Amino acid sequence: MSNTPDDRKYAESHEWALLEDDGTIRVGITDHAQELLGDLVFVELPQIGQSVGKGEECSVVESVKAASDIYSPISGEIIAINESLEDEPEMINHAPYEDGWIFIVQPIDPNELDELLDDEGYQAFIDED
Amino acid sequence: MIKKTILNETHRSLGARMVDFGGWDMPVNYGSQIDEHHQVRHAAGMFDVSHMTVVDVSGVQATAFLRYLLANDVAKLTRQGKALYSCMLNDDAGIIDDLIVYYLDDSNYRLVVNASTRDKDLAWMEQQAADFDVRVDERPALAMIAVQGPKARQKVCPLLPDRLGLSAAEIKPFSACWFGEWFVGRTGYTGEDGFEIILPEDKAVGFWQQLIEVGVKPCGLGARDTLRLEAGMNLYGQDMDETKNPLESGLTWTIAWLPDDRDFIGKKALAAIQQQGQTDKFVGLLLQDKGILRGHQQVVLPDGQTGEVTSGGYSPTLERSIAFARVPASIADNCDIDMRGKLKKATVVKPCFVRQGQIQITL
Repeated sequence: MSNTPDDRKYAESHEWALLEDDGTIRVGITDHAQELLGDLVFVELPQIGQSVGKGEECSVVESVKAASDIYSPISGEIIAINESLEDEPEMINHAPYEDGWIFIVQPIDPNELDELLDDEGYQAFIDED
Repeated sequence: MIKKTILNETHRSLGARMVDFGGWDMPVNYGSQIDEHHQVRHAAGMFDVSHMTVVDVSGVQATAFLRYLLANDVAKLTRQGKALYSCMLNDDAGIIDDLIVYYLDDSNYRLVVNASTRDKDLAWMEQQAADFDVRVDERPALAMIAVQGPKARQKVCPLLPDRLGLSAAEIKPFSACWFGEWFVGRTGYTGEDGFEIILPEDKAVGFWQQLIEVGVKPCGLGARDTLRLEAGMNLYGQDMDETKNPLESGLTWTIAWLPDDRDFIGKKALAAIQQQGQTDKFVGLLLQDKGILRGHQQVVLPDGQTGEVTSGGYSPTLERSIAFARVPASIADNCDIDMRGKLKKATVVKPCFVRQGQIQITL
């Protein structure tokens, strides 16, 4: 049974978006996504300074099984990336909502977050599969 | 309708993640594929491979039939229980399947062929058998469990029925022994020592549970794939198929050209291909840049010629990405791989990365 915390929003493409106190948005993939992917072995991180549109692919995670695109759940500029994933991609398996975060976006319009699913909505969405 | 092995419920109760594997509902892992991989390299792991197809060939012309059907020569098998790896070719030398054949006696052989190719294999064998005094019998009511790893044999032998454990402890690599419906081959698809055990379906769940009790870890087909890739073993449907011949699939060693007077299906076509000079070569690749090699990625040679990755992935033993590729024969030591539009550097190595727990290439 995968875990879906209620402090953040979710995209149907299985990313989470967490609004930080400073107004930036931290992004990662869900517990459900990491379970489906299996052991992660490589993460291609976005570039700091790169601008991303909502729903735009900006990173790739590769598991023992396959490569999978990561889409930004919000428009803005990438202001930080989790470089420790370069050596420890398995952090996403171990702590998808904490140390396994992937990048941070400075959003253009934080209201875009409202278009994402809440925890119950996401849980219902994955339960349909 | 998806097919299930007799161990299906057992896998589910162990928490396996199940996938559709060529029409079979099979476990891809029971948690961590990488842990399962290491378990086989360092101790003992087991795989349900009951989806594979067991075919018995019997009759006074069994030897003559198989000498014609297979590109390798079963006449090499003189010791009871000895096994041989071979390709089964079509008339154009395309590979219909790869298989293991065990010699039981001059009128009896056992073949283990792939699950995904079952229907066409049986049809082809039946068709070719029409000219021989032989029977081709599939044995669907048998289960198959592969127990692999340096500790596999010591774990398995005490659990085998009657005196089979004593015989199994004695058999040499690539040989088999049997007792009733139990059949034990010292073969595998991981590059480690171990057994592949064919047994009656109604004994499979109990045997699996006994193996768990002695510390053999269930492993999914995901780990089986990374283990065979490290061991340099081809996968049918990925590394070769009916459009490819053994010469361009790293399987030249499995063709028995001699004796001259033996004809086999595909021999004429294969000889002609060899005469013309082969264009493509089958190599191993070790990725030097970051990323993961995957099947169908393009290989780019320094002179601009191109080839293709046939199987690729992450090697848990090397902690690097490795692959097999079919490339122009002029390839030297280095090439680039097109990964989502970016070129990444790889070195060309022999397609055998890890055997018996030992790394076989220079990193």
